[in-house]
Amino acid sequence: MLDVHLPGLDLKNPVMPASGCFAFGAEYAKLYDLNQLGAIIIKAATLEARFGNPTPRVAETPGGMLNAIGLQNPGVDQIIDHELPRLAEYDTPVIANIAGSETSDYVRTAEKMSKDPVVRALELNISCPNVKHGGIQFGTVPEVAAELTAKVKAVSEKPVYVKLSPNVTDIVAMAQAVEQAGADGLSMINTLLGMRIDLKTQRPVLANKTGGLSGPAIKPIAIRMIYEVSQQVKIPIIGMGGIQNADDVIEYFLAGASAVAVGTANFVDPLVCPKIINELPGKLQSMGVSSIHELVGRSWKL
Amino acid sequence: MIQEDMTVLSHREIADGIFELKLHGKIPAEISEPGQFVHVRVGGSSGSAAPLLRRPISICTADLGHQSLTLIYRSIGLGTELLSHAVEGKKIDVFGPLGHGFPVDAVPEGGRALMIGGGVGVPPLFGLSQMLADKGVQVTHVLGFRSEKDIFYENEFAELGETIILTEDGTNGRAGRVTDVLKGIDFDTAYACGPLPMLKAVQTMIGEKPLYLSMEQRMGCGIGACLACVVHTTDRDDGKGYRRVCCDGPVFRAGEVELC
Repeated sequence: MLDVHLPGLDLKNPVMPASGCFAFGAEYAKLYDLNQLGAIIIKAATLEARFGNPTPRVAETPGGMLNAIGLQNPGVDQIIDHELPRLAEYDTPVIANIAGSETSDYVRTAEKMSKDPVVRALELNISCPNVKHGGIQFGTVPEVAAELTAKVKAVSEKPVYVKLSPNVTDIVAMAQAVEQAGADGLSMINTLLGMRIDLKTQRPVLANKTGGLSGPAIKPIAIRMIYEVSQQVKIPIIGMGGIQNADDVIEYFLAGASAVAVGTANFVDPLVCPKIINELPGKLQSMGVSSIHELVGRSWKL
Repeated sequence: MIQEDMTVLSHREIADGIFELKLHGKIPAEISEPGQFVHVRVGGSSGSAAPLLRRPISICTADLGHQSLTLIYRSIGLGTELLSHAVEGKKIDVFGPLGHGFPVDAVPEGGRALMIGGGVGVPPLFGLSQMLADKGVQVTHVLGFRSEKDIFYENEFAELGETIILTEDGTNGRAGRVTDVLKGIDFDTAYACGPLPMLKAVQTMIGEKPLYLSMEQRMGCGIGACLACVVHTTDRDDGKGYRRVCCDGPVFRAGEVELC
């Protein structure tokens, strides 16, 4: 009922924690069995280790939060040596998010990461808004995104899902450009660029000044973008942005997503992913749906 | 580390905007050290948008026999203001205990401990002092507040050991700051919790003797996954170069992390 089949990913259910909200799973493994998850999208890997931005790195907003972590990670080699072996113990596919500053960084990181047997697919992060050279420049111009996608595809031994930025004028043009360049799927959406200003200090709350907005506040934007894009591309979409419960998952499927990722909600309720997975069958039954796949894009197919 | 709906046993304002909240549930049995904290979801059923994130609040004391814990917090923003309206019997979504607290064994048997607290940094020191006093450690408290209206637990601390109260405006106790009185006090191990400038000043003054500091930082997940609350290590050769306040801390040995 819940199983979904996407390029490189045979998932027992369509629910996975989103990149950056779950680190490499060790912390959440103390709270529940990660085998329950459909997949795990691990924190962005860059070629070299990065410390990230100064603090404060997070700020709450109405219905959401801003973050500017800045791609802090120990680098692709450390991740392969120290994080992936632990994840190999689970019967849960790993999707590795990769980021970089230059095309060559992406290509080398993709090459290394895609060779690891634990990694079933790559998520190409061309949309991190929080570092100057964190990929956002690759994610806002369709031709640039397409060129990078093609180069990563050329070296990757695993399917490549391109994570799109919502900070663009024409999301459909972006999606079509990376599809034509060979992307196997899309992740939509990354965070929206935002800011909060402290009334006392009269300065931005985040040390990085701007941050990426996530949480329930951005869900309608993601739903709209997936609704538009899924009608214009043939590749599957992993939907994300503000998902908190099973109803939200169903809404994403109706919009056109074929799987979903849960981000900020993990911080609100650390057990949210297994809760959603357990809620879904009952919801589908009450809708008279025998497989969640039947719901993909129903909002525009009807 | 569990998530549960705890029941409010009592809730009262003990100083100006400072609330003492007693909760009942299973989390107290999980607490391993004084100085750990809980992550509290306020006003939050899914569907209500604000406030979205949990609020980290330090544990003041835990009572295993009664399965209760006491939190003391300042009502200062959207989340804590909403929390301050929780009445007896109400259920509150609590996740914890989280983090590493104060090492009780860092004081030699029959030794002397100094506790230095500022404002809402004072509560976790009370639980710590209780445990140390139970062990036979001689405890001294130096507690700084802005003004008389902000003082709480003065008598509770005094029952455990010598307690020096300071207020910035001189309306109660001595006028001044905690660092004004540290020089004459003899101790084996010191523990501090309070605003960053206070921690910095205390660290400079204490010098050689063992000192443990409880840090504060904006948090996301509370369990070490999101990397919102990182601080640099002072050791440049440290393998990671950073610590997470939520799970490696909030208590650190003085000198382990940068205070900035």
